[in-house]
Amino acid sequence: MTGGTVRRSGSTARDEPGRFEFAPVAGVLVREWALFRRNWGPTTFAAVVEPIVYLLAFGFGLGSLVGAIGGYDYIEFVGTGIVGMSVLFSSMFPGLIDTYVRRVFRHGYEGMLAAPVDVRELVTAEATWIALKAGTYACAPLIVAMGFGLQPRPAMLLVPLVTLVSAFGFALLGIWLSAVVPSMKTMDYIISGLITPLFLVAGTFFPLDALPSWAQSLAAVNPLYHCVELVRSAAFGLRPAADLGHLAALLAFAAAAWCLAVFQMRRRLID
Amino acid sequence: MPRSDTSPAISLRGVVKRYGPLTAVDGLDLEVPAGIVLGLLGPNGAGKSTTMRMLTAQSRADAGEISVLGYRIPRESKRARAAMGVVPQHDNLDEELTVGENLAVFAHLYRVPRAERPAAVRRALDIAHLADRRDTRTDRLSGGMRRRLLIARGLVHRPRLVLLDEPTVGLDPQIRQELWGLISSLREQGVTVLMSTHYIEEAERLSDEVAVMAKGRVVTRGRPADLVADYAGASVEEFPIRAAGAAATVEAVRSAGFASRRTGATLSVLRAENLPASLRDRLGEGRRRAATLEDVFVTLTGERVE
Repeated sequence: MTGGTVRRSGSTARDEPGRFEFAPVAGVLVREWALFRRNWGPTTFAAVVEPIVYLLAFGFGLGSLVGAIGGYDYIEFVGTGIVGMSVLFSSMFPGLIDTYVRRVFRHGYEGMLAAPVDVRELVTAEATWIALKAGTYACAPLIVAMGFGLQPRPAMLLVPLVTLVSAFGFALLGIWLSAVVPSMKTMDYIISGLITPLFLVAGTFFPLDALPSWAQSLAAVNPLYHCVELVRSAAFGLRPAADLGHLAALLAFAAAAWCLAVFQMRRRLID
Repeated sequence: MPRSDTSPAISLRGVVKRYGPLTAVDGLDLEVPAGIVLGLLGPNGAGKSTTMRMLTAQSRADAGEISVLGYRIPRESKRARAAMGVVPQHDNLDEELTVGENLAVFAHLYRVPRAERPAAVRRALDIAHLADRRDTRTDRLSGGMRRRLLIARGLVHRPRLVLLDEPTVGLDPQIRQELWGLISSLREQGVTVLMSTHYIEEAERLSDEVAVMAKGRVVTRGRPADLVADYAGASVEEFPIRAAGAAATVEAVRSAGFASRRTGATLSVLRAENLPASLRDRLGEGRRRAATLEDVFVTLTGERVE
């Protein structure tokens, strides 16, 4: 960032050029839609088929050994857990990798920021687009689990809302980290060191009460844990007090990730 | 701040930009009146691209004042960006999108009203001579077509001011020629153009005025012909020199009060029309030619690029 900047009186210290507008967000979404129309096939295939393969492998493979967990059939337990996994993978990887490639190799963001688009509008639009895709894809495992006996309930209609909010937060986390890493190669630290534990220590494949207490405390700050809890509530019965807490945790996570992503992307894009 | 037609399209005053220990722009003063093509000429590293980035607030000045189309930068930069078009040095077209889609996306980003978007895209296609390539994917275009599309993308909203950062760098002469026509037509429409380039011929042909930048500031500015007359005189004479006696010859020319520059195996002496007979005898048989902007450029920015 600039240091010791000399400016006229009247300009704000943070130097925000104008207010947040939705027109630039819509403009960036138009671009995403045009790109999506070109390559929706492979994107959708990967995002839908991978969690279903997990669901079937674990549901049948492990399910035949485990039988039931916490009073649910294992395939029901894992079917709801994999919704969380799908949210994480299809939001954080695009946030991390696609954003990095577009910023560093394609210089596309430079072009957009020369138009009347500010960094926070750009970041909001990119995260919104990823969240719309990931939030939708993540519902697929739930539908497949219904084919294997998961009972449909009206509250399940809340699942897309949960996946959307969660995916928005994880997309922003990915965007933030894409602007933190110094190179493509160092993303391995994030993928193995952050995404893998986030994915496993969230009650996705096994309940957390089997873990040592320190790991349970860690899970409480894992946004994916809150996402999975909400999906299970929607699928197996709402618990209003606890669910509002989980929702608040997800919203706080998304808000914090938005601030970090905007701050770090601005540092990278505006010198 | 007045926003009348007489106010300059671009004004930079005392602008400084540092990157750590490096000062890229060092007290730059530059004013671009509305309606002209100003060529920003300078060697690599002179601060041209940094200056361009500061005008869109993608680079923030450490000191000084900048205004674009009457808007203060960076505070009001979004309004300024809406009214200007930017053609970047690096091609950042969306390769997977078609020609028409690339233009339509920027028509959105530049907030062309919905009803006018199809016409804006058609107009930009015409500017780029790509009307018959509307549905072609951008990665199937030739280098010249891509550059025309990149320029047209920056014009889709009929900007009053266009920034062109090295618009023809790395292109074949035929393609450069074609782009020059496009840039000239902008001036005819009253659009203000700030064009950075290190091709001297380009600056000379297209610009109403040229500002020569070196080491982060403007060292001189004026109409190309005036700069040539002021700094290089009416004619230049090239004298053959041998490597051995070169330093002594350069020194003799310098001490007689003449500027010179090495041009391969010859030494070009500026203002040769005033050369005294005594010096001419010493230099031998010269070849007279017209002074060019390149003579001015090298004389002002130095023979070596750091």
